Parts: sequence; C-alpha cells; structure tokens
Amino acid sequence: MIRSTPQVPVTHSVSKLMLHVGYALIPGTAAYVWFFGIGVLVQIALACVTALVTESLVLGLRKRPLAPSLRDGSALVTAVLLALAIPSIAPWWVIVFGTAFAIVFGKQLYGGLGYNPFNPAMLGYVMLLISFPLEMTTWPAIQNGLDAITAATPFDALKTQLGQGVNIPTAIANPEIGQLFGMLAGAGWEVVSLGFLLGGLYLLVTGRIAWQIPVAMLVTLTVLSTVFNLIDPTRYADPLLHLFGGATMLGAFFIATDPVSAATTPRGRLFYGAGIAVFTFVIRSWGGYPEGLAFAVLLMNMAAPTIDHYTRPLAFGERGDKH
Amino acid sequence: MMQTIRNIFHFHGGLQLDEHKSISTSKPIQDAPIPSMLVLPLLQHIGQPARPIVNVGDKVLKGQVIAEADGRVSAPVHASSSGTVIAIEPRDVPHASGLKGVCIVIETDGHDNAIATNGLTDFTTVSPDDIRARILESGIVGLGGAGFPSFIKLDPGKFAVETLILNAAECEPYITCDDMLMRERAEDVINGARIMQYALHAKHCIIGIEDNKIDAHAALQQALAGSDDIELVRVPSRYPAGGEKQMIYTLTGKQVPSHTRPLELGIICHNVGTAAAVFRAIMQGEPLVSRTVTLTGSAIPQPRNIQVRIGTPITELLSLCHANEDDIDRIMIGGPMMGFDLPSSDAPVTKTCNCVLATHKRDRIAPQASMPCIRCGECANVCPANLLPQQLYWHARAQEFDHIQDYHLFDCIECGCCDVVCPSHIPLVQFFRFAKTTIWQQERDKEKSDKARVRHEFRLERLEREKQEKRERHNRKKAALKKDSEKGDDPKKAAILAAMKRVQDKKSTAQPKPKNMDNLTAEQQELIKQADKRRADNQTAEKTETDKSS
Repeated sequence: MIRSTPQVPVTHSVSKLMLHVGYALIPGTAAYVWFFGIGVLVQIALACVTALVTESLVLGLRKRPLAPSLRDGSALVTAVLLALAIPSIAPWWVIVFGTAFAIVFGKQLYGGLGYNPFNPAMLGYVMLLISFPLEMTTWPAIQNGLDAITAATPFDALKTQLGQGVNIPTAIANPEIGQLFGMLAGAGWEVVSLGFLLGGLYLLVTGRIAWQIPVAMLVTLTVLSTVFNLIDPTRYADPLLHLFGGATMLGAFFIATDPVSAATTPRGRLFYGAGIAVFTFVIRSWGGYPEGLAFAVLLMNMAAPTIDHYTRPLAFGERGDKH
Repeated sequence: MMQTIRNIFHFHGGLQLDEHKSISTSKPIQDAPIPSMLVLPLLQHIGQPARPIVNVGDKVLKGQVIAEADGRVSAPVHASSSGTVIAIEPRDVPHASGLKGVCIVIETDGHDNAIATNGLTDFTTVSPDDIRARILESGIVGLGGAGFPSFIKLDPGKFAVETLILNAAECEPYITCDDMLMRERAEDVINGARIMQYALHAKHCIIGIEDNKIDAHAALQQALAGSDDIELVRVPSRYPAGGEKQMIYTLTGKQVPSHTRPLELGIICHNVGTAAAVFRAIMQGEPLVSRTVTLTGSAIPQPRNIQVRIGTPITELLSLCHANEDDIDRIMIGGPMMGFDLPSSDAPVTKTCNCVLATHKRDRIAPQASMPCIRCGECANVCPANLLPQQLYWHARAQEFDHIQDYHLFDCIECGCCDVVCPSHIPLVQFFRFAKTTIWQQERDKEKSDKARVRHEFRLERLEREKQEKRERHNRKKAALKKDSEKGDDPKKAAILAAMKRVQDKKSTAQPKPKNMDNLTAEQQELIKQADKRRADNQTAEKTETDKSS
C-alpha cells in the first residue's frame, strides 16, 4: 500500500485535547463545590449521562459508528460546560432537557462534531433561560451556615437594584446586598472565577487554546467597563465585577474558545473575542438579562464565517502576487 | 572571510522536529560496490524523459551517454558502470505515483571501464555557455530532491542575477547526505559554487546552512580558507528551512511572489550536492553517475551514507547495510515528512534519491482514523506558506475548486507540517495534492476542449467560406456570360469567326511549293515564267468573268 503521510509519531488528538480541557476545569469546579455545595457535581453527572445517551441515540438513528464520536470527548465537554453554566440547584430535568437539546439541536442535526455553527452548550443554555427563566435564575447561596439556600448573583442583585432606582454605591452599602460581593467581585464566585482563570491559563500556556480569543475578550471587557465606570460609577459596575463576578472567565477560556464555532483565522479570533466582550458588556449594562455572555457567544458564532472571510492572512508571497 | 552578521528573517510556522541525524553521521561515506545490475530510468528529472540511444545487446562504458536529452527541459542518462544493455523496459522506479517507468537495464561486467574524460584546469577559460553545455552533457539535475535540469537554472537569460544561494539546510529529519558531503568534500562544494557563480554572473554567493551542522560548517569555513567571495550563513534549524522560498526569505527577507520564479527577483537557489556534482563535471569531466545517499531508519542496523552508482537497486543497499527486509515496515525515499513510499525494493537509486528511510515493523505508526476537523487552527499556526489549511481542507472536501484557489492552494509546498499537528489526523496534504491534480486535469481538459472547439469552428468557417467562394465563382461566370450575350459579341461566335478567318488566310497565302525547282537551267526558268504568266492571265480573266456574272 502506498502511503504518503509523514512518518512522524502522532502526538495530537481530539480526545487528548478534550481531556485536557476537562483537567483545566477542575480548579474552578472544585471552588464551586467548596462554596456552593456538591449540587454542581450532581448536575455534571446528569449532564454527562444525558449527553452520552443522547449522542448514542442520534448516532444510531444516523447509522454512524458510536465509538469514535463517543471517545472524542466533545459531548462530555459540552455537557460539563452546560452543567457549570446553569444554577447548581436547578431541578434535574432542567439539565437533562438542556443537554439533550444541546446535543441534538446544537450538534448532531448539523452533522456532528465539526459542523455545528453554534456553540452547543450556549445554545442549550439560552434555550433553558428563555423557556425556564425562574429555574435558570435561582442561584445557590454561599454555604456559610444554614441561613439561606438561594441568593442572587452579584449581577442579578445590581440589575434589580438599578431597576428600582438605587445606584450601585448605595446598593453595595446595604449589608444585605453588599455581603454578596465578597473581596473582589462576588463572595464565592470570585474564587470560582479565579479557578477557571487558572485552568484557562494552563490551556493557554500549553498551547491547547488559541490565545487571541481570551486575550481580546478580557482586554476589551476591561477597557469598556473601566471607561464606563469612570464616566458614571453609580450606573456602571467596576471592571473587577465584570471580570470575576459573572461567567467571564469560564466564557473567555472554555466557551468562546470552542474552535468549531469560533473564528479560525488569527486576526479573526481577535475580532471574535472582542465582539463577545462588547455584546456581553452591552447586555449586562443595558439589556434585559443580568448575564449576557451566552447571547454574545451565539451572536458572534453567527458572525464567525464573515469574520474569517475578511481576515484571511496574506499567503507567503502574496504581497507581490503576479496572479 | 566576511564577518558581517547577516540579518536573518524568520518565516511563519514550521516545526521543531526530532532530527534523528546523528545515527547516520558517525561513519564516513562508504563507496558501494558495483551492483550486478544497473536499472537506469529515462526520467530522473523534471521534464521530458531522455531518449535511449543504445540497443539491447550493446556494450557500454562507464560515463557513456545511453539516453540523450529530449527537448529543452530534459537531461541525458549515463551508464554508471561498464557492461551490456540487457533490457529497455518498464520497471519499478522510485516515484510518488508508484507507477513503473521505462529503464535501461545494464548487466555490469565488474571492470568499471570508463570513457575518457576531459576536465578543465581553469573554468574561466571557457564561456558560461560552454559551462552550461558541459553541465547539460553531464546529466546534472537538482540533487536536493526536485531534479530540475541544472543547466537551465544556471542560465540567467534576460535577468541579472544578484545572489546565488547554495541551500545546505537539509532540514528534513534523518537525511544527512549533504551534511556528510560538506564534511568530506567541502572544497568540491565551494569550487562548484564558484563555477555556478561564474556561469550566472551572480554578484553574491551565500551558503545557507542549518545551525545544527557544526562540523559541515567548520569544513566549509576551512575550504573557504579566508576568501570572502562566498558568504557562509547559519540559519535556525527549523523545518522546512530548506524549502527554496523559505531559504530565500530567511537569507534575504524577500518573498518570492506566487506564480513566479526566484530568478525574477535576481535570486537562484541550488543544492550543495548539485554544486559538488558541477565541480566534478567541469573540472574532472565526470558525468553524474553516482551520488551520496543516506541509508537510515530503525530497520537499518548500521545507518550511514553511501556513495552509490545511479541505478543501483535499493535492495542491494539494504543488504549492504545488513538490513533484514522482512523486518521492514516501510521504505521511504526522501525524508519522513515529504518522502514517499517505495513500490518495491527492486527500484533503483536515481539522481534525486537523497535518502532511503527504512522503518522497523516495531516502529510502525498505525494509520489513524480521521476525525472531523474542529478548526482548531493548529495547521495554520505551523504553515510556512501562511495558508489556512483548515479552510483549504473544507473546500477540497467539498470539491469547491474555485474557492480553494482563493485560499492560495497553489502556494502550498506540501511540507506536511499541518499533517503532523492535526489533532483529527486528517491527511491534509493528500487532500491538497488531490485538489491540485484535479484542477490541473480540469485545466488540461478545458484546454483540450478549447482547442477542439477552435478546430471545429475553424472547419465550419472553412466549409462556409468554400461554399461562398464557389457560389461567387459561379455567379461571376454567369454574370460574364450574360454581359457578353447582351453586348452581342458572343466569344464563341467570335472564336469561330476568327478560326475561319485564319483558315482563309492560310489558304490564300500558303501556295503549294513547286517541286523540282532546284538547279534549273535558264531555259527552263524562262519556260516556268511563261507558264506562270499564262496562269495569271487565265486567273484574271476567270475573276473578271465571275465578277461580271455575280
């Protein structure tokens, strides 16, 4: 048999990549468990089982071999990300329904891994948020005794207060609201965010994700939130809250970097990351939802092919092209 | 020696590969024995195959031309040892297509008798044209792997050559033939470069050598012996530093534009092995009958470099290195990145065969099942042509051949970097080769159909023209006839009248010549005169009578 592929040991693989994404999620997830209880682990387990079962069923219907697709780990990563995105105290059927939707409508109906234009986890999340707003906005309280089971997230609390005409400094001065904010940007949440940042940096340093998306996203979000916070600190939350208070870190390193649905050119990824930051900031600051990351990701997913088209790098020798 | 530090430019992408070079550089280059049989393919270069000028049964000498260059882009083939031509037929040849090629097969006699050679003692005594002619006659082609006939690349034509670059990068893992050649025959390389520079009228000459070849660098430096006509520049060891366009960029910062040759930038790039072959051809009059080949890989117990006669079956080299062919998983010609599999070990060493890489079965790399592309972009990060292989793949798979050219498919140098890093194990280069050959085929087909269409249209036009001409001729004739009859002097009638008149004239003028009129006496002549007078009187009388009666 004539082969013409390089005789070089194979080192990279999709399943290895997904495995390392899994490792990188450990610090953030551990912090999540530490502050908010083991609910999130139950969600993750439910999501994983649902993802594998759903993926198998659809592959069976599509008459495709099961093993390669199940082994690549992409369904599991989708499941874990969705489980981390929804409130850990949501009823079991929420995650089951959301994961099944993400796998079937977000991924398999487009042809499976590599063909989905949207981030499946975010598609599942947005579907759940629109369909079950109550379950999707009831967050666990930090476990510091037994006084509360649920609490608002910092962004949620701010949105409510601002909606009632209370400005940010006054709201935070109120001990009931203020206790949600912790040292940096939300008691407990800030540590979870730092955990995801740590895992994200691991992926970045080991070259498993492209640096352009998280860097562009975090820089843009910092610049935007700093500028607006300087203009009117009573109406716009400070940059630390934007960076560590919500889903920013999970989003920047684990969700926006999903290569299938992101822009693929180096320059395009800068625009893509920046675009997510802009939409996130706009929705958080002026939109109807306290957290805008999922919408921002889906909006930029739609823009990705166009971004790629206009950001193709010049080929070697193209500058003097005599074509 | 030129000690100025040249500014080095770094090309995009590339890979740091495990070198595996030291395993074959510990021993000196060994001369391979004369094989019992030589298999010499007619096509060992880019261009037209050579045309055989010997017949089966002919005795040939080492260095004798057995097939001559056919057309401008071609190169002759020489017998690499003495013996008898026993066959001219298709045989297995080392080629990526795996197809057979026509070869001249020589049974050697072991005497290695060579034809007389005429080298030069000073190459500057002959013209560059003469140098090129000698290089053509010597059958030298690019020994780095591409095999383009060298005399063409030593002809600047209308361009002024600024820089001659000697490529000594040898960036593929395992291959060390250029490295060993430079270590052992640095002077041949340097002097070959000088001949090339002379032939090209090149202002500068730079040798670009990867910084991992310390001994070769030292040997070249020693051979230069302080002269500063050739600049020796170390370039970073990074695959594919030895790609022609990459080497030119590294040394000059100039990107050879797509679809153009380096010559248009005033740059010519040759391999160091070619330079050494040029030296031998010009100074020693020796045609290209042997080359240095690296025999390496995990299936070779004693990897080393061997000076091999062109045409030696590879199986003989394997046994020379005590390799057990049953243990071999894969024999590649060239390096592990851009090399290709050998169809059979009976195939011979050709002019472009720089390395025989034989891997042991225990090192077999199982073919990986391809997964879908996840557009991670690793391929784009390592692409030295700065392409987007993920997009090229997408369009190649969908057979969108217009789109794929927008992504500069034809700037792909098939280096294989994208294949190595792809986490989905997609054989990307194979897809690109497929797309390229399909596009070429389509263009050929289109050209063919265009030609056919033009021919067909031309024929229709010719038929129409002929019809038209016929009609016009006919009309002209008709019109002429009509005109004549209108005027009243029918040419036919006129012709008849003229003929009748001619007859009349003839009748009246042509008197029957009287016979026996010679040597007459005066008496006789007097009698004739009288008779004539009488006849004339009678005639006049007759005439008057007829005039009267009419």
